[in-house]
Amino acid sequence: MTTFPIEKIRADFPILKETIRNKPLVYLDNAATCQKPQAVIDSISHCYSHEYANVHRGVHTLSVMATDRYEGAREKVKDFINASSTKEIVFVRGATEAINLIAQTFGKSNIKQGDEILITAMEHHSNIVPWQMLCEQTGAVLKVAPINLQGELIVDEFEKLISDKTKLVAVVHMSNALGTVNPVKKIIAAAKVKNIAVLLDGAQAIPHMTINVQELDCDFYVFSGHKLYAPAGIGVLYGKQALLEAMPPYQGGGDMIRKVTFDETEYNTLPYKFEAGTPSIADVVGLGAAIDYLNEIGMDNIAAYEAELLDYATEKAKQIAGLKIIGEAEDKGAILSFVLDKIHPHDIGTMLDSLGIAIRAGHHCAMPVMDFFEVPATARASFAMYNTKEEIDVLINGIEQLIEVFG
Amino acid sequence: MFDDLRDLYQEVIFDHNRNPRNFRVMENADRKVEGFNPLCGDRLTLFLKMDGDEIIDASFQGSGCAISTASVSLMTEIVKGKTEAEAEVLFKQFHAMTTGKEEDIDLEVIGKLAVLAGVREYPARVKCATLAWHTLDAALKNEEKSISTE
Repeated sequence: MTTFPIEKIRADFPILKETIRNKPLVYLDNAATCQKPQAVIDSISHCYSHEYANVHRGVHTLSVMATDRYEGAREKVKDFINASSTKEIVFVRGATEAINLIAQTFGKSNIKQGDEILITAMEHHSNIVPWQMLCEQTGAVLKVAPINLQGELIVDEFEKLISDKTKLVAVVHMSNALGTVNPVKKIIAAAKVKNIAVLLDGAQAIPHMTINVQELDCDFYVFSGHKLYAPAGIGVLYGKQALLEAMPPYQGGGDMIRKVTFDETEYNTLPYKFEAGTPSIADVVGLGAAIDYLNEIGMDNIAAYEAELLDYATEKAKQIAGLKIIGEAEDKGAILSFVLDKIHPHDIGTMLDSLGIAIRAGHHCAMPVMDFFEVPATARASFAMYNTKEEIDVLINGIEQLIEVFG
Repeated sequence: MFDDLRDLYQEVIFDHNRNPRNFRVMENADRKVEGFNPLCGDRLTLFLKMDGDEIIDASFQGSGCAISTASVSLMTEIVKGKTEAEAEVLFKQFHAMTTGKEEDIDLEVIGKLAVLAGVREYPARVKCATLAWHTLDAALKNEEKSISTE
C-alpha cells in the first residue's frame, strides 16, 4: 500500500482548484502538458521580482545572481538525468527544437546521400518531420521500424532495418499516443554493435520515470520542460560531449561566440556554442524549481503511484462495452488512448468537457499511428502524479453516460 | 447529465448522426470533392449531380464526428433543388451563424440548419460544422479535388 502524499501534492497545484462549467476540473490531458506547482510559479515570479538580469556577461550584482541561478539550474538538470557534465546540457525551447537542432547540425555533418535514418512507426511528428526535411536536403533515406497491434515495437524487424548505411537511430522513449515504453536498452545495444548514434525522444518519458543517460548510454536525449511540471518554452538537449564538440553551431549570435571580427569568428565552448541570444532565464529557473520539487517526492515513487492509476483506469475501461483501448503494450506509461463504437473522439471530448473533464481528442501529433490503427483519431486520458482514483471514477462515469446519451 | 450540451447536441443532430441522409456513393456524379479536417480526422467525399446550375442530387461518404456528420447530412437535404447562387447564399448564412455573427441571418432561408446554431459557443467545433459547406463551395466552384479546413 503506497503512502504517496497525494493530498499535499494536489494542494500544491493552484489550477486544480478551478471549476470548468461549474464542475471541478478533472485534468487528464497531461501528455499534452502538465500543470505547475506553486513552487515553480513562485520561482518565476521571484526571479523577475528580485534576481533578474541578463546572464553571463554582466559585472554587476544582479547579473551575477541571475547567472548563478541559471547555471545552478543547469547543474540540477545534469544531476536529474545523471549526465557526466554540464557541458552536455543545452537549453532549448523544447524537445521539438532539440531534435531540429540535432538534425541540422549532427545530421547535416554526418548524414549524406544514400545514408539511412531509422525511426519507428509510433513517433510523434517532432521525431519524423525534421528527419524528412533532412532527407530532402541530403538525399538520405528514412526507414521506419514497424509496430504491432498492441502498439509495441517489433524488435526483430527493427534490428533487421539496421544496416551498414544507418547513421542515426531516433526513437521515442515513451509514446504520447499509445503510452508504450520502448525497450531502449535493447535498441541502443543493437545500434552500438554498428557504432550508430542513438537519439531518444524523452518528452513523454521524463515525468514518469527516473532517467539515467549514462546508464542508458544514449548519444542524445531530449525533453521539454512543460511536460515536467516546468514552464512552457524551455527544454533540454543532452548530448555526449564528444558529439556536441564535433557538431557545428545551430543558431548564430551573441553568447555562442568567443570572439567576433569581420574577418573571422570563434565559437564558444560547450554548452554555450548552442545557446545563442538571451535565454529564457526565468523559465530555466522554473525548470530548476520543478526538478527540486520532483526530487523531494522521488521519481520512483511517482512511477509507482502512476502505475496504480493506470491499472485502475485500464481495469475500469475494459468493463465498458464498446470501448477499445488503443495501445496495450506490456511496458506502458500512464496513458489511456481509446475509441468508442460509433462515437467520434471529438464528440467524446466535448461531452466530457461539459463535465469538467479535460482529455485530448485527435491525432496527438502522431498521424501515422492513427493510420496504422485505422482510426481517424483517439480520445486520450493521460495521468500525472496529481490525479486520483476518484477522478478516474468521474471519467469512467462520464464515458458510460455519454454512451447512453448517444445510444 | 449533459444539460449544458443541449444547445449543441440536439435531438436532430443525434438523429442525423445515427441515420445520415443521402449517405451513398453517387454513380455518374458531376462533381466529386473530398473534404478533410486534419485537426480531428473528419473526412468526407461529396458528390453532386447538376442540371445546368441547379443541384439535383447530393450525397456523401466518409466518417467524422456527430457534428460534422449531421451537418453534411442536413446540407445534402437542403441543397437539393437549389441553384448554385442559392446554395452560396446558404453557405454564407451558415458560416455567419456558426461563427457568431448574428446579423442578417434569415431564419426562413436557414430553416433546419438553425439546429447547428449552438456550435458558435464551442469554437473548437466550428470547423466540424462548416467542413460540409466548405466542401460544397469547392464542388460548386469546380476548383479543387480536395480541401482542408486548415
